[in-house]
Amino acid sequence: MTRVRKGELVLRYVLLLAVLALTVGPFLWQLSTSLKGPTEDIYSSPPSFLPRNPTFHNYERVADTIPVWDYAFNSLKVATANVVTNCVGSALAGYALARLRYRGRRAATLAFVLAMLVPVEGIIIAQFTTMRELGLNNTLIGVVLPGCIGAMNVLLMRNAFLNLPYEIEEAAYVDGANVWQRFLRIALPSVKGTVAVVAIFAFMGAWDDFLWPLIVLSDPSKFTLTIGLNYLHGTFANDERLVAAGTVIAVAPLIALFAGLQRYFFRGVGEGAVKG
Amino acid sequence: MASSTVSRARPDSRAPDVPRGRRVRRQLPSSPWLFAAPGLLIISAFILYPFVSTLVNAFTDRRTLIPGEFVGLANFRELLHDDMFWIGLRNSSLYVLGVVPALVILPLLLALLVQKNIPGITFFRSAFYTPVVASIVVVGLIWVWLLDERGLINSLLEAIGVGRIGFLSDQWLLLLSAMAVTVWKGLGYYMIIYLAALANVPRELHEAAAVDGAGAIRRFVTVTVPAVRSTMALVGALSSVAAFKVFSEVYLMAGPSGGPAGEDTTLVMLVQRTGTGLTGRVGYASAISVVVFVVTVALMLLVLRADRRGEA
Repeated sequence: MTRVRKGELVLRYVLLLAVLALTVGPFLWQLSTSLKGPTEDIYSSPPSFLPRNPTFHNYERVADTIPVWDYAFNSLKVATANVVTNCVGSALAGYALARLRYRGRRAATLAFVLAMLVPVEGIIIAQFTTMRELGLNNTLIGVVLPGCIGAMNVLLMRNAFLNLPYEIEEAAYVDGANVWQRFLRIALPSVKGTVAVVAIFAFMGAWDDFLWPLIVLSDPSKFTLTIGLNYLHGTFANDERLVAAGTVIAVAPLIALFAGLQRYFFRGVGEGAVKG
Repeated sequence: MASSTVSRARPDSRAPDVPRGRRVRRQLPSSPWLFAAPGLLIISAFILYPFVSTLVNAFTDRRTLIPGEFVGLANFRELLHDDMFWIGLRNSSLYVLGVVPALVILPLLLALLVQKNIPGITFFRSAFYTPVVASIVVVGLIWVWLLDERGLINSLLEAIGVGRIGFLSDQWLLLLSAMAVTVWKGLGYYMIIYLAALANVPRELHEAAAVDGAGAIRRFVTVTVPAVRSTMALVGALSSVAAFKVFSEVYLMAGPSGGPAGEDTTLVMLVQRTGTGLTGRVGYASAISVVVFVVTVALMLLVLRADRRGEA
């Protein structure tokens, strides 16, 4: 094994820190702006990175300006619904595609593959008219429905189920377990990792989505956080402290979620990797 | 254990007529479809049906509240004379040209930087992924603030004597800034894809090249790049399709009307603007969407074909 030379190691850390400043720095600057009081000059040159008198005043003001906590609650509802429907729906469909035999299985698989390839940006207008026809425009249900069982997630679950050895289920079948019992007691517990990945991405996707809720929601009382932020930015663009506080509210839960669950994100990546 | 269960001949209605050796493959006739039904229903109603109706609507003059009639190619003929359409097509195409090379190369370099397991590396990997996790709205607003006439970047530029630059008021600088934001947000995502690919590059190749006296840059060109070539094609395909469909970055930085005189409008912004609202021209917006479909499919095929030719 080649050993890392000292000079190379120093160079690596210098580069890592530079990229760190570039990727995380903007978030910290936003946080800093949100904590600066009304009397502090946020436009000073050279800029001052630390607030002189840190205050949460801007967070109170943003809540007075837009119902930011209601928006956060709307986002939470949408994201939670998305997690539940995606986990349940993709696990069921993935199991049907991977482990059950019936006429039309290939056609069903093909339908999911096609759905995955359709660019969402191109069909939003038709999705919007479909929602109108269903009378679900301007509702949170309308926000949730189009992505509530992602084709990509179904195919992920299908691959996970395909990798399970058949013998396990065969034994259960011989013992008299029916298809639901085999699914719930044997197959599903074996693919928990993939379910977790689906859950995380479903939550993030719903929490972060912008274009679709922008099109579906017109009534400001039903806004999700991303749409509310855009509204805040458009209406009160002259006070950066407020916008900054709003963005921190929107991003903090996700960063916390990500920090807590990050090992799932990088699952598999480190395992086969070259050990330095 | 299992054999005793079978010999007891449980009162299982399915058991007797199961063909030998195909036991697992039998189940209640209705259940497979019950499993697949929710998923099929959702994608049919909200992905496949809208896709087909987009294709159909493109040939009608449908509006939000008016069903519309078949108008043949009228929408597409109108597109040819619509300045806004050409602006959108130009900007979305420029976006691909500007963003894709950066997103194919920079995340690979980043992956090489975080690949080696040195102390604290998991922290750096996660930190570099943060922009991917954050909502595009948050990212857009952070950069609007950073690039503001009086924002951080201009304060720094002024402090070092360069002077302030109107990143968000000039049509071209605005588009360039939006591209930079797209690249910034995408780095971590493609870094992970490259990390997975790099993990499969045989270490012996690098060692052999090192023994032959190849330096780091030479090893990168002769060992790493060929080994991750198909991943580069994948990243190229994914990022070019995403770049062509850009909406949020430009919408947030340029505003709903697309910057000065609408010159920064992208195709998807145009779809959103023309197709929504009570007076939305659904038919016309669908015609633009069809152009988006055709170009994205073409881009994907182009990139993947270039990869195959590279390997031959």
